[in-house]
Amino acid sequence: MGTFPVNKIREDFPILHQMVYGRPLVYFDNAASTQKPVQVIRAISGYYETDNCNIHRGVHFLSQRATEAYEETRKVVQRFINAASSSEIIFTKGTTESINLVASSFGKQYISSGDEVLISIMEHHSNIVPWQQMCLERGAKVKFIPIHENGELDMGSFRKMLNEKTKLVAITHVSNVLGTINPVKEIIAYAHTYGIPVLVDGAQSIPHLGADMHDLDCDFYCFSGHKMYAPMGIGVLYGKEKFLEALPPYQSGGEMIKEVHTDRTTFNELPFKFEAGTPNVEGVYGLHAAIGYLQGLGMENIRNYEHEILKYATDKLTAMGDIHIIGTAEEKTSLISFLIGTIHPYDAGVIIDKMGIAVRTGHHCAMPLIEWYKIPATVRASFAFYNTVEEIDSLVEAIIRVKQMFG
Amino acid sequence: MENAPLRCNGEIHLNKTMIISELQEQVVSEFSLFDDWMDKYNYLIEMGRSIPIIDENYKTDQYVITGCQSKVWLHADYRDGKIFFSADSDAIITKGIVNLLIRVLSGHTPDEILIADMDFIEKIGLREHLSPTRSNGLTSMVKQMKLYALAFKTKSEV
Repeated sequence: MGTFPVNKIREDFPILHQMVYGRPLVYFDNAASTQKPVQVIRAISGYYETDNCNIHRGVHFLSQRATEAYEETRKVVQRFINAASSSEIIFTKGTTESINLVASSFGKQYISSGDEVLISIMEHHSNIVPWQQMCLERGAKVKFIPIHENGELDMGSFRKMLNEKTKLVAITHVSNVLGTINPVKEIIAYAHTYGIPVLVDGAQSIPHLGADMHDLDCDFYCFSGHKMYAPMGIGVLYGKEKFLEALPPYQSGGEMIKEVHTDRTTFNELPFKFEAGTPNVEGVYGLHAAIGYLQGLGMENIRNYEHEILKYATDKLTAMGDIHIIGTAEEKTSLISFLIGTIHPYDAGVIIDKMGIAVRTGHHCAMPLIEWYKIPATVRASFAFYNTVEEIDSLVEAIIRVKQMFG
Repeated sequence: MENAPLRCNGEIHLNKTMIISELQEQVVSEFSLFDDWMDKYNYLIEMGRSIPIIDENYKTDQYVITGCQSKVWLHADYRDGKIFFSADSDAIITKGIVNLLIRVLSGHTPDEILIADMDFIEKIGLREHLSPTRSNGLTSMVKQMKLYALAFKTKSEV
């Protein structure tokens, strides 16, 4: 497996070195949440040991130090995703909150009765339900771009579905069930020719591919810290300044205001307008460390190694004969959804778990997609750069065991 | 498993001599024979295959138990003051778990089912192997069976 120092990297992840049910833990649920390196864990504990206090408020030493660190992270994120300005970086709880923010504020500003929001059938519920609810309230409609059997987006349909009623396209960069990497750059360019803005759900792509706002030219981009080795409860909404300026605030309260009088309130400037209340400062410290960790490894190296892992796993599972892989797009990130013969994914998952391997079974918060495939659920193994070929061999053994038990 | 002490089939459910707590003890002692989790699951799989199968007409959304990772349908018949359950699931382990509950509760009166203490699930070491979502499914099954008992009790008292 090339020169990628996976064993050395594994030393950075304390959680990986433990036994479950008497077997070494194999963690293949990275698309749900990744593990954290000691660098991130130390950043969080370090924050509480030396810097903890409320930010943006006090003139005292600790408050200034924590505020500086918090705002420095905004710039770190800006550079990491190559955004034009740090005021385009809004800290949120995660992708779900980022999308809810846009759905709510964009909806109020731009969506009215008869309008359409275009999404795809492979979206995670967090990129379906906020649009559905907003459209219900405003008398608008959500339309779903279909896919091909191999899990690739039907680009022909996408082009045909755009029309004068379309007010926004909201699309995932990478499917959390199929691993498909969607041609978002092409989608954005095409939508822009009609003046339609595009939101990209980057939750599943950023830990594998990084992100480049200048290159993509999307209008909104959302991601979660916890899927990219940072803590839970911290995420980002990137928005082009012209949109963020135009949108009304999402939540109101402290920090997002300029002046409050008993009869009126004026709002703070970007990005603070969208950050009401005390933020998740420890999460921001952790996110800073996680980005540093990823940059230390190099996104290109990560991508290459994960590609090798994906190929190894795909070849191994395919060679087993009766494994049906759901999602065989040409361009994929390192995850495999599959069915073992006619065995129910739940049955398979219970036994695989007992073999010490963490996989996910179920609909993966993408019920419309699972329905589209007319299957009950899938087993999903999602790999990170700390996974090894030996671990994939363990998965193969576990699948053999499943087949023996249910065959 | 051919000589397993008790096969989970129709005859057992009609066994009039055993009360719910005795049936539970029986299940607990059976499970205590297994040293290894794999044997426990193999036994559950076998029980899944011998479930009193629900009539196809009842395999509708009306009879689905929510809260399970796999689909579970449960139906109850009330005959001679006793409740007889039938069920199905698209997952075999789930079927085994439902059948375990059926084996203990089926063929008893609504009152007996309503007061039944379901601690035996802990004793056979099943709950510890079930994640909260899975164990929610188990809880939903027990709740649904008790709801049937309550419904039949109410109906018979009218």
